Amino acid sequence: MTMDCVENRLLTSRRALLLGGASFAAWAYLPKFARAADGRDPRLVVVILRGALDGLATVAPIGDPDYAGLHGSIALSADGPRAALMLDQFFALHPAMPEFARMYRDKHAAIVHAVSTPYRDRSHFDGQDVLESGYAGPGRVQSGWLNRALEALPRGERVSSGLAVGPTTPLVLRGAAPTVGWAPVALPQADDDTAMRLVDLYRHRDPALASALTQGLQLEKAASGDDMKPKPGNAVAQMRLVARGAAKLMAADDGPRIAALAFDGWDTHANEGGPVGRLAFLLGGLDGALAEFESGLGDRWRNTVVVVATEFGRTARINGTDGTDHGTGTIALLAGGAVKGGRVISDWPGLKPANLYEGRDLKPTTDLRAVIKGVLQDQFGLSDRVLAETVFPDSAAARPMKGLVI
Amino acid sequence: MARDSQAALVALNRFGFGARGGASGDFINAATDPRGFVKAELSRPSGVLLEAPALQSTPQLGQAVFEYQAQVKQAREAAAKAGGPAEAQPQQVPADQKPDAKARRNLSLNMAAMDIAGQPPEMKAADNAAKAAESMQPNAAAPPVAKPAPQPLNVIQKTFRAEALARLQRATLADCGFTERLVVFWSNHFCISAAKGELARMWAGSFEREAIRPHVLGRFADMLKAVEQHPAMLFFLDNQQSLGPDSRAGQNRKRGLNENLAREIMELHTLGVGGGYTQEDVTSLARIITGWTFAGRQGQLGVPGSFVFNSNAHQPGPQVLLGKTYEATGVAQGEAALADIARHPSTASFIATKFVRHFVADDPPLGLVARLRDVFVKTDGDLKAFATALVDADEAWKAPLTKMRSPYEFLVASGRLLARVPEDPGGYLNNLNLLGQPLWAPPGPNGFPDTNAAWTAPEGMKLRLDVAAQMGARLGNNIDPLDLLEFAASDAASVETRRTIERAESRQQALALLLMSPELQRR
Repeated sequence: MTMDCVENRLLTSRRALLLGGASFAAWAYLPKFARAADGRDPRLVVVILRGALDGLATVAPIGDPDYAGLHGSIALSADGPRAALMLDQFFALHPAMPEFARMYRDKHAAIVHAVSTPYRDRSHFDGQDVLESGYAGPGRVQSGWLNRALEALPRGERVSSGLAVGPTTPLVLRGAAPTVGWAPVALPQADDDTAMRLVDLYRHRDPALASALTQGLQLEKAASGDDMKPKPGNAVAQMRLVARGAAKLMAADDGPRIAALAFDGWDTHANEGGPVGRLAFLLGGLDGALAEFESGLGDRWRNTVVVVATEFGRTARINGTDGTDHGTGTIALLAGGAVKGGRVISDWPGLKPANLYEGRDLKPTTDLRAVIKGVLQDQFGLSDRVLAETVFPDSAAARPMKGLVI
Repeated sequence: MARDSQAALVALNRFGFGARGGASGDFINAATDPRGFVKAELSRPSGVLLEAPALQSTPQLGQAVFEYQAQVKQAREAAAKAGGPAEAQPQQVPADQKPDAKARRNLSLNMAAMDIAGQPPEMKAADNAAKAAESMQPNAAAPPVAKPAPQPLNVIQKTFRAEALARLQRATLADCGFTERLVVFWSNHFCISAAKGELARMWAGSFEREAIRPHVLGRFADMLKAVEQHPAMLFFLDNQQSLGPDSRAGQNRKRGLNENLAREIMELHTLGVGGGYTQEDVTSLARIITGWTFAGRQGQLGVPGSFVFNSNAHQPGPQVLLGKTYEATGVAQGEAALADIARHPSTASFIATKFVRHFVADDPPLGLVARLRDVFVKTDGDLKAFATALVDADEAWKAPLTKMRSPYEFLVASGRLLARVPEDPGGYLNNLNLLGQPLWAPPGPNGFPDTNAAWTAPEGMKLRLDVAAQMGARLGNNIDPLDLLEFAASDAASVETRRTIERAESRQQALALLLMSPELQRR
């Protein structure tokens, strides 16, 4: 069978109706969300790094006397040809992230170190479950904290649907609140008449498929341009491309205020590399994606917070294959014009053997939920109670971190 | 015999790859004796094996990669000597390509969409695309293969395509496809990723043919051993780099353990998360399987590309795993450990749950899971008995067809219904990339997801429709969509589906709608 992509020039104008027409119901919530206090129109992007980012390799505690020994051949250093970028007297940023470093200098980026979710075991999949569901432990929950945060926004002032970037909706954005999906497209599309007929059939026979397809169709116009066709580029280019498209959609007045996307590949078990190598390559992609959000959001960037989080960290000591095994404490990155930046926020536990979690990992001293709750509260005005009971159930002990946002 | 159309749909779609079009008579056969139709394939164990003249053994393929890599290296060195351009550095996309951030006022989503469709700066395609693809699986749809470049395929690409084609042809031609579905299930359970590197791409097919297929109707313990000793798995999870810290090689080379494979064996392949093991057990198993590797190009340890036990790299001494001591018996130490893990009660529960979830429902009926777990335990992991018990269970026939076909199942089912035996795997591979299920390249060692949420995402549905529309556009002209509906679902088709197809504007459109109908998407 041949299923090659063929050129299809019959993309009709009727297609455009989908974007503004009846099937656009998921967008019918008030498109403008203004923060009660100052009338600001905030935006939030959540970037999930799948595979467990090595926080100690990304934001290196160079001032900790035990760091260099533990991280061995892949440790960053403050001098040499690929020196890490000193953030303060103690912490240094991986040299593959010059854009983030610039944002940090401009006080539009911050780092939270020695952070983790409540999850304390070492399974990626359970770890991601906890990170994205917002529950205290792993389970087969089918909704994520970001979706529940959307739900909790006052009706009539609702931020329009969350934007799920990529062919599948990440768990963090799954749930009852409407979301729309978008991914760079690589195919000519089905014409809208066929789409409408199919939606009609699904409405009668399979409502779940009807709703999924309807949502999928809403943004297809956005994805139909040649520019967004993924080119056979590298992973770095892919990350930038995805961020660029998402930023443009979010920059619109009636565009989504909240988006979630995921980048894979951070499981640096072997040959992780130091200032150059595999991790450096990926961090360069992340850095480029953040820069795309900055430029693509234009003057919206002022009111934007991007949160970059991962399911857990990696072992403090490198393993036998110049990589790191699954660990616990790691970092979270905050970027955006709304971030009160230029600082590394950390209750540093130290890397002495006795201070390591289970003798292996950076000990988490900050609950990632406190960080995210702080951002949600500052950006969207969600109450302590809603954050502690609905968005992150059973998280009252992790008080929202104050003052992350300007 | 009475005809049971609903059961035929279950037989064909839940257990198999859907009915074939043309003169196969699949639906009538399935309706006449649904269980017999499914089980017929189980009585032909050799039918699971995949042998074709074009397909070679893992060591042969390994040697071909080693040779290819040597040639590439030689050519590079020759070019360097001749003063030619140095090998391109991994390319960073320039960070200064920022469209200027003008003030944006009253921008609408429509305009944003147009903007995206417009002119922004050209992205530089990187020279090292293949390398990048290896190092990372982007979350978004994988890039489609570029318009056929005039460059001839290298041996790795050729092999991958040949392996893919053989698998696709087998799936397209199978009567019911139950055993091929079992192959896909186990292959995903014990997955490797072709994106790991050249050897993994080369071995993705032979891994399945050698480690999975022979045991799909055999014993779980045998499959487990074959998988964990296969060079593709050892490479995928880096066990060939893991050295016992106190082994001769470990002491000489100052490298040590990598617990990757050991962890995934317990977490993903056997006991499951929460299956009763500790971090210490992971480390212990990692020590036990040090030295499990494959011979390299020089063949110092054995035939290049074959599994070998390197006692130089093996951690000496007895090890305690799950409370039991395993004496230092070389490779047998690990084999004994695997044999015990294979028959651990947690393994039976984990496998039974996953199996029922795959075939029946996201929330698997607990009674059925318990029954399969018992069969697994009582038969010491006899996978034929295990599969048979599933087909014999009433729950598996009564549960509504709520599972969504994965992209692979959707594409194969479409090909079967259209009675088109693939001669070139390119279209399938592109579409699998697009739909988020690149062949033999799942995003992580836990394989592709297996729940409705994964495959009914809005973007995925839209892309699936686009794929169906392309098939309709290309192939719809020469078929009668109502005939195809008859082949696929007969009188089990809903009135609405029949009417939607009847009322389509064109045959092309009708075919797209048929391929997207609930009868073809749900299983």
